[in-house]
Amino acid sequence: MQADNKLIKDLTPEIEKTSLKWYITFFTFLGFFALGIYGLIQQIDKGHIVTGMRDNVVWGFYIVNFIFFMGLSYSGALISGVLHLFNTGWRKPVIRMAELITIISLIIGPFFIFFCIGRLDRLYFLFIHPRIQSPITWDVIAIMTDLVGCFIYLYLSFIEDFAILRDYKGLKVPAWKKKLYKILSLGFNGTEKELKILANARTIMSVMIIAIAIIVYSVLAWIFGVTLQPGWHSTIFGPYFVIAAVFSGTGLLIILMWIFRKVYHLEEYITKRHFVNVGVLLTVIAAFYGYFTFSDYLTKWYGSIKMDSILIDKLFSDYYSLFIFANYIGIILPCIIIAFPRFRTIPNITVAAVIALLALWVNRYIIVIPTLETPFLPIQDTRPDWINYSPTWVEWSLTLAGVSIFVMLFMLVSKIAPIISISEMQEQDKDEILK
Amino acid sequence: MKELEENESEMSSRRNFLKKVGIGVGAVSIAGVAGTSVIAGTKSKSGEKIKLLSPDGTLVEVDKDDIKPAKEIVEELKTEARKGLPNRKFVMVIDLARCKNARKCVEACQEGHLLPKDHEWMKLFLLQDDLSTARYWFPRPCFHCDKPMCVSVCPVGATYKRPDGVVLIDNQRCIGCKFCMTGCPYSARVFNWKDPEVKVPAGHVYNPEDNIPAVEGTVGKCIFCADNLRKNILPRCVTACPMGVIYFGDLLEDTITNSTETVRFSKIMLDRAGYRYREELGTLPSVYYLPPTQRMFPVESGLEGTDESIKGRYKNAGPR
Repeated sequence: MQADNKLIKDLTPEIEKTSLKWYITFFTFLGFFALGIYGLIQQIDKGHIVTGMRDNVVWGFYIVNFIFFMGLSYSGALISGVLHLFNTGWRKPVIRMAELITIISLIIGPFFIFFCIGRLDRLYFLFIHPRIQSPITWDVIAIMTDLVGCFIYLYLSFIEDFAILRDYKGLKVPAWKKKLYKILSLGFNGTEKELKILANARTIMSVMIIAIAIIVYSVLAWIFGVTLQPGWHSTIFGPYFVIAAVFSGTGLLIILMWIFRKVYHLEEYITKRHFVNVGVLLTVIAAFYGYFTFSDYLTKWYGSIKMDSILIDKLFSDYYSLFIFANYIGIILPCIIIAFPRFRTIPNITVAAVIALLALWVNRYIIVIPTLETPFLPIQDTRPDWINYSPTWVEWSLTLAGVSIFVMLFMLVSKIAPIISISEMQEQDKDEILK
Repeated sequence: MKELEENESEMSSRRNFLKKVGIGVGAVSIAGVAGTSVIAGTKSKSGEKIKLLSPDGTLVEVDKDDIKPAKEIVEELKTEARKGLPNRKFVMVIDLARCKNARKCVEACQEGHLLPKDHEWMKLFLLQDDLSTARYWFPRPCFHCDKPMCVSVCPVGATYKRPDGVVLIDNQRCIGCKFCMTGCPYSARVFNWKDPEVKVPAGHVYNPEDNIPAVEGTVGKCIFCADNLRKNILPRCVTACPMGVIYFGDLLEDTITNSTETVRFSKIMLDRAGYRYREELGTLPSVYYLPPTQRMFPVESGLEGTDESIKGRYKNAGPR
């Protein structure tokens, strides 16, 4: 398969050579990651006592990170899936990033569950003694299906690019990389028949991963929803979590677009138009997400159920600033920035996305922790760490490690594959000429 | 060799006998005998003797080297611990009018189950429903619900409900996901956040019915003293309570006892208007409460004579 030389050079900035900047960044994050590993070793050695979790708040940062990373994986599933399905023209430069977010966060997410469970050595019990009644079993099945589905979907989008890189004579890469492209491109030659099969497969997979992604995130929500705990026992949790997930995925996509554009000088490919379009998508999702949040808290606040009142009181006292940031600022501010054309600059949209993403993480935090701090029977204890949760350095370090490995995996992928799909961009050129 | 064979045949006949008599009479004895038979005569003995309780309740002395917990025995015990006791439906009734936070139930429980000091399977709360209503002491064991949330959500079947009503945890199966702890609306479960450092009595064989030893990274909770129940002995908290607060018995026999007085379950429920905590949650607990009417002690007496750390717990106890 052939492609424009400039396109290949521009979109594969890290494949041929490795810049010093790349090394510095990579090893910095590797350092953070190593700190997390040290924290994990401490936790395995001394037990979960090194975390901030105790008998009342049995789930802390780890579960928050788990649902957060799983939510990010939505970016690819819904954004790339939906955009592909509706054949949206402008999607082409951003779709690859969205798919990479999906697969990478989907790999990282479950690790936070591994950190959270007390007996990591018995993890395989989930497979040899499964009980289908448990939402965790649903989750295991759903996440594994999602991983396979998303991996196939991502790979399908890579085949053409691998074929292009394989056939590109001017590529100065080591022999093993050439060989890798040859294997990974599966002998794809770009004949009409092959292209048709590939296009069909991608359409089918895009529909499938949308469905799977909705199931995965609903199941995740039901882990909370099926319990009797005040604040969790809510029928809205399934769809609420789904929309929150898309919200975070979209936010992250904007941030990554900004980073890649800056670092690899892709101004020509990722333009303001893309920021505005994804930004508008973020606003629309924010509106739904805000509506769901409001609806959930309104019904809890308006009624007189005692446990709900206690929880709401806690949210508006101990968690006041976090609550305001997560559920007001984090939703309204991005909407305002993007809704008014005069605020719509690339840096502004990126800032809006950062706020949205942070606010969503906090939103997850105030869903998980305050509920566990208000059990039906009051906490009567003298030990402060038993009454209120506060994360320890171990949890912080593992959280940081999660972010670091996310960045590192992205950097490693950029060493092998184009960060913007060459084949899609080429197609776009053709489309433009036809017009 | 001859001796060994003899021992083995003796063991199998003994085992058959046990099977005929009924459910694994005396878990320890099986373990002891099986261990003895295999090892006897092949190794020199240490000479150190250990006292064990035989199934018929007499103390026997066994050589330390003769006791070897075999894996299949644990499996056998686990199977029995899942079946429960036939034709039983255990029930507990707690008389709030008599409780004065003496904490003897908590102590007996911790002692009996070799729990670390900060693990309370039985917990005492000072509750008040509203500002205008009375405060009262509220002992809370595991409620052994008939629709247990903890059992529903357990992904590996580590916690389970038996036909006799008891909810147990197999801490050799538990993966420590803590989902049961968020599932339980009564905060009845505790987690082993660090190595509990249990001093297991020599020769003790693990059994979900006693949960000894506790395992780091797994969940524990009140087990209605299932080990005692198999021996037809009342749970430890029942016999330890100096006020006779806790009644225990069988719903099918309609009889409950606090070890000094035995009453009809249905009658005391009617006479004293017994109730279950948060009936509206629909978990159908096996633990009933008798309301704190015409109390034997003023509620404040519960704070007398307790040490500061205990008093501190109830400093902020108020309407809820």
